[in-house]
Amino acid sequence: MTRFNAWNVFKNGLNGQTGWDRQWRDPEPKQNYDAVIVGGGLHGLATAYYLAKNHNIKNVAVLEKGWIGGGNAGRNTTIVRSNYMMPGNREFYEHTLQLWENLSHDLNYNVMFSQRAHVVLIHSPGALDAYARRYNTMKLTGSDGELWSLEKLKNKIPHLNYDNGRFPILGAIVQPRAGNARHDSAVWGYARAADSLGVDILQNCEVTGITRKNGSIESLQTTRGNIKGKKIGFAVAGHTSVLWQMAELGNLPIESHKLQAFVTEAVKPLLDCVLIFGPGGAAHFYISQSDKGSMVFGGELDWYKSYAQRGNLPTVKENGECAMAIMPCLGKLRLLRHWAGVMDMSMDGSFFMCKTPIDNLYLNAGWNYGGFKASPASGWYFADLIANERPHKVIENHNLERFEKGINLDERGIGPDPKMHG
Amino acid sequence: MILIKCPYCGERDHSEFSYGGDASIVYPSLDAPQEEWVKAIFFRENIKGIQKETWQHINGCRMWLEVERSTITHEITSVKPCHKNLQKVIDN
Repeated sequence: MTRFNAWNVFKNGLNGQTGWDRQWRDPEPKQNYDAVIVGGGLHGLATAYYLAKNHNIKNVAVLEKGWIGGGNAGRNTTIVRSNYMMPGNREFYEHTLQLWENLSHDLNYNVMFSQRAHVVLIHSPGALDAYARRYNTMKLTGSDGELWSLEKLKNKIPHLNYDNGRFPILGAIVQPRAGNARHDSAVWGYARAADSLGVDILQNCEVTGITRKNGSIESLQTTRGNIKGKKIGFAVAGHTSVLWQMAELGNLPIESHKLQAFVTEAVKPLLDCVLIFGPGGAAHFYISQSDKGSMVFGGELDWYKSYAQRGNLPTVKENGECAMAIMPCLGKLRLLRHWAGVMDMSMDGSFFMCKTPIDNLYLNAGWNYGGFKASPASGWYFADLIANERPHKVIENHNLERFEKGINLDERGIGPDPKMHG
Repeated sequence: MILIKCPYCGERDHSEFSYGGDASIVYPSLDAPQEEWVKAIFFRENIKGIQKETWQHINGCRMWLEVERSTITHEITSVKPCHKNLQKVIDN
């Protein structure tokens, strides 16, 4: 692998860019691996990378049914934040934010992480109190948070609709270290870095069958032949239930729902933060501006269970209405693209990272809305779980048994209705 | 947009309806062991294919409906009232 550095950029500028290698190899599958990760998204690739880097387990395969960057890794709104409150989640997401802060150097790949601040608008005194409590709790584990008065907010973002009679803006709660990263760079960066440590990335390799023997998984049937792994990890958000049932493990506390996102035509710099409109009951809408100038936004789920990567029109309308309610200056912009990704929506809105009833199988699932930002720490803790065969203290409650123990990691306090955990 | 043929109101946009969820869940008796309640409340088959689910026509007749719908194509193959005797009343 040719490293990206100033010298190589200079050298290849002189030799017609002929000195670069391909980003990752395209190997033939081997028969046996020490660990096989099913799912070549951000979580699967990050897991493989940290298995190799942190735990020296390098005989690893990542199986991807499509191509790298073609699933939810390429279908998100690229927001990175750590404003979580529940024990376990708090430490986990703060860890992920810290990994993002050094990820470009770690991967030798510019993931374009921009800590431009995550600004949540407040519309009622009740929401203000609730968010003040949340951000104070976050500070206990080292996350940052600030409360902005209306005056300060108007100074920072003057072009919001401050005359909104229905949802008046009282101020904002802000995480300055949060921001955006480039989703394609993150997934390509992890793929390239994992590959350089010896991980085999097998694309167009869909798992079609699972052979169990004596309480463990003996082999996986795939579209590229049988593959054996001493340890198997599932990291296939959206389709976890399908794979789980293929392993004859029954039901999961997960429903698959689809979430849409939207991109407008590019405009000059308009918004220099991630802006959230409407929490506390008003609406649910988030918007930021990409480096190319497009406005990238999204909101609620489509409200019914689905495995289709297609969005419905009432949700398009609702997102458009939210955009107009908060930034009427967007009214003349045309949408260039919109798409939907399939989410694992869990029963309490938090993820699962745990051992399973099968000895050599490990589960990474249930990321709800939060999969993109979570991916570095997800890989970090999942690799730790697979290598050491015990959950790290931070994720000790992120298992499938938590519901029967009465442990609900429910950030919104909504209850067991997956579509509500946005 | 999904079109749902409400037995009382006729064919309407799905935005008139509120989504309930999995209609195949059978809640255990009140004195059933805790494991059965955990399974009923927290665990889902999450079918990729045709699933039985509930919708309520909140911006119409407010009837609860049992709908068979594909979670891959969104095609609806059956709509009937959740209440077993209601179809007879509508037909009369």
